[in-house]
Amino acid sequence: MRLVADNLAGERGGETIFSKVGFTLDPGGCLLVTGPNGAGKSTLLRVVAGLLPVAAGTVGLESGGERWPDPAAACHYLGHLNGMKVALTVEENLRFWQQFMGEMHLAVDAALDSVGLGEIGHLPFAYLSTGQKRRAAIARLLVSHRPVWLLDEPTAGLDTASEAQFAALMRAHLKEGGMIVAATHLPLAIEGAGELRMGGNV
Amino acid sequence: MLALYIRDLRLNIRAGGGALVGILFFLAVIAVVPFGVGPDLNLLARIGPAILWIGALLAALLGLDRLFQADREDGSLDLLVMNGARQMLAFTVFVKCLAHWTASVLPLVVAAPLLGLFMNMEPVGIAAATLTLLVGTPAIAFIGAVGAAVAVALPRGGLLVSVLVLPLVIPVLIFGVSASYGAITEPDPFLPPFLMMTALTLFFAVLGPLAAALALRWSAD
Repeated sequence: MRLVADNLAGERGGETIFSKVGFTLDPGGCLLVTGPNGAGKSTLLRVVAGLLPVAAGTVGLESGGERWPDPAAACHYLGHLNGMKVALTVEENLRFWQQFMGEMHLAVDAALDSVGLGEIGHLPFAYLSTGQKRRAAIARLLVSHRPVWLLDEPTAGLDTASEAQFAALMRAHLKEGGMIVAATHLPLAIEGAGELRMGGNV
Repeated sequence: MLALYIRDLRLNIRAGGGALVGILFFLAVIAVVPFGVGPDLNLLARIGPAILWIGALLAALLGLDRLFQADREDGSLDLLVMNGARQMLAFTVFVKCLAHWTASVLPLVVAAPLLGLFMNMEPVGIAAATLTLLVGTPAIAFIGAVGAAVAVALPRGGLLVSVLVLPLVIPVLIFGVSASYGAITEPDPFLPPFLMMTALTLFFAVLGPLAAALALRWSAD
């Protein structure tokens, strides 16, 4: 399975944000998307996720088979927003996403434990701090399996210990043959990660 | 999909009672009418089914704009859209409509018989109006989903959704009211308008979610 983007362009509101972006990602591969604010990092991730239309070029998943027909089906997307309901408890949120997204991977308890939230799964999501909310959103990546993780500023709001913990989770995902595309300003402590530098052609 | 239904139901009940607001609004509309038209019992009984339907229609439009907006604000909508290969987006919308109807509109149907008494309606008329509401209001939710999906990106889309949706639900209103009248006034038939309304509900149960799914897919930014 390979994630291939070729000569990709993305636009928002009719204005081209980036163009002629290409990359190839093999199983176990990690790509860090860097660049100044407004360079189109988030737009690139949303285009790959299928949330924004492709303005030019192609992006696709090669030999994904019936299980992963297109990038959107094969991707976990962790954007700026956590995708959790504040009125539900952390466990209810995760259990819903697990049932809705299918491809069960880790149990909810185990996923919460691995992001260090094992004790507070029963609390409403609204009661959590910013960093804890982010960690709960990261736990969503673990409860159901997707080969590709699209991460948009994944470590926003995390403290140093949680960052290290998250880096370990990413390494484990890569070791299992997963792929990661992460847009970030900060180094993510992943060895052998490729870098895609988006130009500031704003 | 059951998980989505249960989640939306829980949210509707927990997050401050969207259902209760709808019922209060319904009650307010129905309670004001007798003061407005005066204490003519025959007149009230005659306009009763129509007033019940109009009140329920307006109350059902109340929480509609939040159908997708709440999901968009916390990022869930992106994930629902992305999962379209596994769970067809139109079906996801359909389930969300059902959950919205169960939590916010079904209580209106349950309250309708009581409010029918305010209007001096006879028991048969109340039963007919309640039955037509039960069968007709899902169409409002399904049509409303299209309006909610179109206006999902607008911060104050509430009124716009109502204005967009209202013309499309007029046929449901017409057949619902005429079926209710058919049950109490002698020469008018009950079954034909009732079946027409049922057909409308079934038709929009398919078309509404499909159109809403298209709108959601192209409104992403």
